[in-house]
Amino acid sequence: MILITGRSTKQGTGISTGKAHPDYQEATHTLEMNPADMARLGVQPNDPVRLRTSVGETTVRCREADLPEGMAFLAYGPAASALIGGETWASGMPDTKGFEVEVEKAA
Amino acid sequence: MLTIRNGEVYDPRNGINGEKRDIYVRDGKIVAEPVEGQVIDATGMVVMPGGIEFHAHVAGSKVNLGRKMRPEDHRELVFPRTEVTRSGVGHTVPSTFATGYALARLGYTTLMEAAGPPLGARHVHEELNDIPIVDKAFFLLMGNNYFVLKFIAERDFERLKHFVAWLLEASGAYAIKIVNPGGVDTWKWGRNVESLDQPAATFPVTPREIITHLARVQQELGLPHPIHVHCNNLGAPGNAQITLETMRAVGDLPIHITHVQFNGYGGTDWTDFRSGAEELAVYVNEHPNITIDIGQVVFGPVTTMTADGPWQYRLHKLCGHKWANGDVENETSGGIVPYKFVRKNSVNAIQWAIGLELALMVNDPWRVFLTTDHPNGGPFHAYPDIIKLLMDRNYRAEVMETVHKRVLTHSQLKDLDREYTLYEIAIITRAGPARSLGLEHKGHLGPGADADITIYPKLDDPREMFRRPRYVIKDGEVVVEDGRILQDRPGRTFYVAPGYDPQIVPAIREDFARVYTVSFENYPVQLEHYLPRRETVACAGR
Amino acid sequence: MQIDHVVCAFCGCVCDDLSVTVEENRVLEVKNACVLGRAWMMGHAVHREEPVAQIDGRPATLDEAIETAAQILTSARYPLIYGLSSTTCEAQRQAVALAEVLGACIDCCTSVCHGPTGLAVQGVGEPTCTLGEVKNRADLVIYWGSNPAESHPRHFARYAVMPRGHFRPGGRKDRTVVLVDVRRTPSARAADIFLQIRPGKDFECLWALRALVAGQPVDEAAVAETGITLAQLQELAERMKSCQFGILFAGLGLTQSRGKEMNLAAVFLLVRDLNAYTKFAAIPMRGHGNVTGIDNVMAWQTGYPFGVNFARGYPRYSPGEYTAVDVLSRGEADAALVVAADPAANLPRPAIEHLRRIPTIALDVQPSETTKIARVAITTAPAGIAVEGTIYRMDNVPLRLRKVLDSPFPSDEEVLRRIFQRVKEIKKC
Repeated sequence: MILITGRSTKQGTGISTGKAHPDYQEATHTLEMNPADMARLGVQPNDPVRLRTSVGETTVRCREADLPEGMAFLAYGPAASALIGGETWASGMPDTKGFEVEVEKAA
Repeated sequence: MLTIRNGEVYDPRNGINGEKRDIYVRDGKIVAEPVEGQVIDATGMVVMPGGIEFHAHVAGSKVNLGRKMRPEDHRELVFPRTEVTRSGVGHTVPSTFATGYALARLGYTTLMEAAGPPLGARHVHEELNDIPIVDKAFFLLMGNNYFVLKFIAERDFERLKHFVAWLLEASGAYAIKIVNPGGVDTWKWGRNVESLDQPAATFPVTPREIITHLARVQQELGLPHPIHVHCNNLGAPGNAQITLETMRAVGDLPIHITHVQFNGYGGTDWTDFRSGAEELAVYVNEHPNITIDIGQVVFGPVTTMTADGPWQYRLHKLCGHKWANGDVENETSGGIVPYKFVRKNSVNAIQWAIGLELALMVNDPWRVFLTTDHPNGGPFHAYPDIIKLLMDRNYRAEVMETVHKRVLTHSQLKDLDREYTLYEIAIITRAGPARSLGLEHKGHLGPGADADITIYPKLDDPREMFRRPRYVIKDGEVVVEDGRILQDRPGRTFYVAPGYDPQIVPAIREDFARVYTVSFENYPVQLEHYLPRRETVACAGR
Repeated sequence: MQIDHVVCAFCGCVCDDLSVTVEENRVLEVKNACVLGRAWMMGHAVHREEPVAQIDGRPATLDEAIETAAQILTSARYPLIYGLSSTTCEAQRQAVALAEVLGACIDCCTSVCHGPTGLAVQGVGEPTCTLGEVKNRADLVIYWGSNPAESHPRHFARYAVMPRGHFRPGGRKDRTVVLVDVRRTPSARAADIFLQIRPGKDFECLWALRALVAGQPVDEAAVAETGITLAQLQELAERMKSCQFGILFAGLGLTQSRGKEMNLAAVFLLVRDLNAYTKFAAIPMRGHGNVTGIDNVMAWQTGYPFGVNFARGYPRYSPGEYTAVDVLSRGEADAALVVAADPAANLPRPAIEHLRRIPTIALDVQPSETTKIARVAITTAPAGIAVEGTIYRMDNVPLRLRKVLDSPFPSDEEVLRRIFQRVKEIKKC
């Protein structure tokens, strides 16, 4: 799948209310997906899914969202960071949005 | 305390023309009586007041965007950190520390930032505070200000006057700057004005009305410096006519017309482009209310940057180089285009000649000042070479040989025999600018003056002489010796507070909230924070 | 006590109309703020039980922390200073001075925000304006790769969509709003037209728009690859050419996706082209509070907006070489000073792993992922709440942050100045 990482309101407020706070942890550890993709993976809302790239892997909960099939969204934060590589193609900017990620149902 | 002994002193304001004198300094000021302490033996050296950079773009959002845009420029010159100085980079758009040191090394101790918008005034001051050694001030962009245009349109001169006074103080600024009056406002819709009588877009007021009203305001507030005008149609062939009309428009009110080279063109297009300097110089010679600075072109790379948005766009279309534009709500615009003046380009060669013609044809050196409109005509590093061009007609002839031959037919430079003397150089780089700015304590070496002094080795070649002062003294302290910065010290910032009727605040408040995106309360600059070393220059208002 | 006209330092909107009610040095109420600004203002009143400093996770005095920080930095061969977005320009200036005296690398959050925009500016320039120009004039507003409803919640209401301006007395109804994004985000509700683009196809779309604006033929099938049809693009190109004043807000969807600086160059070139027909400008949606301030401070003090190295005693600039992600991911830096940012929560994994390996000093207003892994963590007072100073809005408008609370903690500026002084003593320079 193609993963987009980005700002969400709860991740944004979590920066101020405290990163140890459960709201921030939840906001940054929830993957948004199209319902069809979730069905294909055999996961229900709130089920854990494992995300894997060539850099690393992380496990987060999933939830339905209005996204095109094949695309997933994860808020900026430690889970997203675990998947992003250090290559910046001489720009200083890593590939933060629109990279390939393997998604599977976690045990 | 400091004594400068036996130097050849050029102090035009006090009529001293190369006489051997001792200069005494106490507590940062020039004094009449001999003092104890350090002695500099200036035998065989030339002593002048510190130079005044009268019109340069060195601080604020436009300059900084120029820096961000041009990393290629910065690699030209680098200044490593020393035990005394901060580091820096930059040729045409140097970083702030580099700007201060480079000016000081050239013997300049006072600096005028030529254009800042009120909304960006904090930014201007933050950068000015990071330009070390020199004293400074900035000119406030007002020729396209929403309220200026509004009050002129409403024929409410009193409110106009009080608004200008309020805005100058709210910005910590020094003088009224007018850039392409009416034209920049019209540029906000992508257009320009082309005559003094074409109304602006937001309010139906003409460039003529803007200039004449602000000229009257300047007089009534008694501001130390006249209105400082960048005329309409800058850069366009044939624009000498509108420059002349601008001078005529103010009658006998004081006016300073800036970088006249860029507004001194004859012809009708780029093919019959020629110098229009003579007509302007003749008019200036006959009208003592007018001062000009030349805006000399220097061959090589420059970074053009002005508040004149439509001109910068036009230049971008002409040369194709990268273009930045920054429109500031209700106040101004700003454009940036890197450019290169080329010797063998006929237009560039004629532009180069026009600046020199102006300096040589205006008879009274007290009314023509040496500038490059840094970094538009060239970087200020070029001053020593320009001084040589003015002082040495043989050198002029030599350089004329190397540039496009149209300079011989489309300007009168080859026929001008005048050579500037050291005394006259001291006028156009020190005494004249100080007088025009109304800075009583600058630009001279009489008792009471700030002890800002430059000591040059006396050399036959003026370029070599002015390139590297032996000593530069700021507020009585030796800050530069043989090109080396000895101490890093912050300069002062000058501003004016002409006083205003407090009723001007309720008169603009409602409109302000409607057209601005910042709170009125957060708009004025906190002088105590942004001008930590400030000095008010008195106004002689009626 | 109610304090008015308070300036919010959370995001690049820098709204300056907050009203904050304070009693006994506590914030009771915040008016006019968005959800992010409110959380920011309310949230920072409650972290006071933190020790002022920790070394290796144990409470320490400020003096001890500064001494340890100075020792770490002076014994490093390639120290990195990073962050500096959520702090004042006064602190930022001090950080540059420290980098210079150390011969360090200094980079700011710009490099992972609108660094690619900076690269595009170097290539082609930037036709831009302040937000008031948008409020007063814009009749066509395009957000591209930006989700202001969640990242800059008051952007619509204060600056670009709803406000009544001088030439737009009708406010919202005088404007057409277009959103281009890969996701139908909450911002889509504010748009008249939503164009859903496929990930990584922004450059192609922008370049096709340039061709359409210039009246050149465009291959329909190639355009279809982007997820947007040729007809949709043609309609957008016509709108852009025929509006009176158009604005394109460029978001991280452009800078962080395939194409990066090329996407932004395409934006600026498209906008430049449009100025032959009408008035058009672009504004980068700068994110964190004063990230615009740090690249201004770096530009005027060093000549370059980010990615600067002082190893030779003067500033050198090389994005991809002296930028934080690269310096860390390649394992080059041997110590790091992080100010007002949380790279351990946001940078790519290899960078974080290296940050864990090297001695790191973190200045932050509250515990963060970075303070957790830091050798030295210093708690500082929040800028704009307990510290005054200068901040730059996303459109480079400078404002002065007000102080509404007293903090028991020192400001970033004070801590950086003390580290700087101690470093100078140790290095005898």
